[in-house]
Amino acid sequence: MAQRRAFRWHIAVFLAPAVLVYTAIMIVPLFGTLNLSLFNVVEGQRVFVGLQNFATLLGDPRWSASFWNALGNNAWFFLVHMLVQNPVGVALAALLSSPRLRGAAFYRTAIFIPTILSFVIVGFVWKLILSPIWGIAPGMLDAVGLKALFAPWLGREGTALTTLALISVWQFVGIPMMLIYAALLTIPDEVIEAAEIDGVTGWAQFWKIKLPLILPSIGIISILTFVGNFNAFDLIYVTQGALAGPNFSTDILGTFLYRTFFGFQLQIGDPHMGATIATAMFAIILLGVCFYLFAIQRRMRRYQF
Amino acid sequence: MTKTIRPTFLKGALLASTLLGGTAWAQDVTLTVESWRNDDLSIWQEKIIPAFEAANPGIKIDFAPSAPAEYNAVLNSKLDAGSAGDLITCRPFDASLELFNKGKLADLSGLAGMANFSDVAKSAWQTDDAAKTFCVPMASVIHGFIYNKTAFDELGLTPPKTEAEFFAVLEKVKADGTYIPMAMGTTDQWEAATMGYQNIGPNYWKGEEGRKALIAGTSSLTDEPWVAPFRQLAKWKDYLGDGFEAQTYPDSQNLFTLGRAAIYPAGSWEIGVFGPQIGGAFEMGAFPPPVPAEGDTCYISDHTDIALGMNAATKHPEEAKKFLEWVASSEFATLYANALPGFFSLNAAPVEMADPLAKEFVSWRESCEPTIRSTYQILSRGTPNLENETWTASANVINGSETPEAAAERLQKGLASWYAPQQK
Repeated sequence: MAQRRAFRWHIAVFLAPAVLVYTAIMIVPLFGTLNLSLFNVVEGQRVFVGLQNFATLLGDPRWSASFWNALGNNAWFFLVHMLVQNPVGVALAALLSSPRLRGAAFYRTAIFIPTILSFVIVGFVWKLILSPIWGIAPGMLDAVGLKALFAPWLGREGTALTTLALISVWQFVGIPMMLIYAALLTIPDEVIEAAEIDGVTGWAQFWKIKLPLILPSIGIISILTFVGNFNAFDLIYVTQGALAGPNFSTDILGTFLYRTFFGFQLQIGDPHMGATIATAMFAIILLGVCFYLFAIQRRMRRYQF
Repeated sequence: MTKTIRPTFLKGALLASTLLGGTAWAQDVTLTVESWRNDDLSIWQEKIIPAFEAANPGIKIDFAPSAPAEYNAVLNSKLDAGSAGDLITCRPFDASLELFNKGKLADLSGLAGMANFSDVAKSAWQTDDAAKTFCVPMASVIHGFIYNKTAFDELGLTPPKTEAEFFAVLEKVKADGTYIPMAMGTTDQWEAATMGYQNIGPNYWKGEEGRKALIAGTSSLTDEPWVAPFRQLAKWKDYLGDGFEAQTYPDSQNLFTLGRAAIYPAGSWEIGVFGPQIGGAFEMGAFPPPVPAEGDTCYISDHTDIALGMNAATKHPEEAKKFLEWVASSEFATLYANALPGFFSLNAAPVEMADPLAKEFVSWRESCEPTIRSTYQILSRGTPNLENETWTASANVINGSETPEAAAERLQKGLASWYAPQQK
């Protein structure tokens, strides 16, 4: 029998800091939350209630109405990002990687800057821009004779959520742009040259050669958008407050969780129902990511150069 | 002999000096005050704290406010974590009662200064049976309307007394077009509920009478007195500024202080904020919420809003109690009411105030029947929370996205879903 290899301690030692920190600040709280959602306070005593909290969340007409409303809004928030942010990001990256574009570095920086701004600043600035009283949006529309198009978008039930989603798109369009831009740069010149020799140029070249090569990056961006959107909270909280007005039309899972967990004004916080919502969010995101991993990523074709 | 004594003596002297030094250091106790009134920071630092510290050497006060909207959440987490300050500014009713029941706030029933307050003043910070009081009442706020006197004179208007007169005034201001008739927005929702519904409502539900009937379950939110204020709110829509749906609370304040609006549905706490901002550019006046018909008794919301309690886990209970005794004194009442015009002392001893607008507000205590906000006591104990629901309902009614009847119906259903006396 071959000599047994000595246990390689250095591996454990090198992994330890990351594992310990990650466990302490991510894994333990995660399981703490899952655990908390299985308890509730009955007559002043904290007791194990099993899945009772989930039954309340989905079965009680009020809780479930709030939950489905938040989930529906969240889905719409995500859809706007997928339909606007990612295509625009890809288009910008395609333009930026065009060798004939002058000042590419400037555009790249300018478009990416909002991403590094704080939510608080973005929320406040846009609230001010769109303010019907002090904002510059009504004035600018007036200057081109389109004042009639202006409405207090953030204050209307029909438009508030879409407006917020577009603000978020404005802020984060730099991320897909950068990732796609990087992916486009890694396409070897030989492939492009071969395409040109075969007579594939311009838009045809983009659709037939470049797009298939950057599809894995688009997949990654989609999943990042999904996770980011279903965890979103800050922008809505900053612009609309914890009540996510008007009439809960901008309430997403994050704000619903915050209100429930920490309480709001006279409403006293309920950590158990809050943890239940957090667990539901975790499950939704997990399902989404699993769907992506097993149904999409495995079928995606990869090309090796 | 001398050789042996001296070192011992020296040691003893050293020991004594360390002990003395130690106690002298320990006497300088710092008490931290938790509060949501970050607007009051300078008043505490410049007026209230120096006055107390001068009279009580050895006790230092540190006023550490957090943002109003986050206060309850922040305070609860701090108390649970054991990092909260020694003195806690108390929200009225259930938020504080809950803290007391959990043992986070100390029982202050034995405080001598408590005798300076009426039962009504203390009711917001007592157990339901009024046996125990856990916060020293500091101030109440009164609702009403502040108006731009200069604009009123310009347009030849007088403060309205009845609902009909009120809308006639609004109509005139609107027809003239120079001013926005009323500065209020619905984005923040609480404006609509607090400055709208709770401001004008008591005239319809007859103050305490209606409020108590609601708690007892003999009246319901779908009854006329509770729907009527919503009907009036629905009519406000036409007199608010362009794009009021996206107008925030600071927007409304600025519209009024910049002289662009004629009337501002107010809480008296605005007095201290508005005065310096307007800086004499125009004159302000105030009128109480208009009554439904000429000759009706008027009711005002004189809401017990702010009090000070003691963290049960404080390390310096004696010093904290000393401070609380001072807060209960008439010296503090005078200091506070004048430093913060619009926060009216709850102290039984009458307080002389200098601000004319504050005097106007407080004079309604004589001519009208005072009550507190209808949703605060007991009725916001369950889920859905009546106060928070009222915010959304009031904003919806003004926006026109819900009819007054539908809003009342929804509130009643929500309340009846958990509150037994309303379940018949």
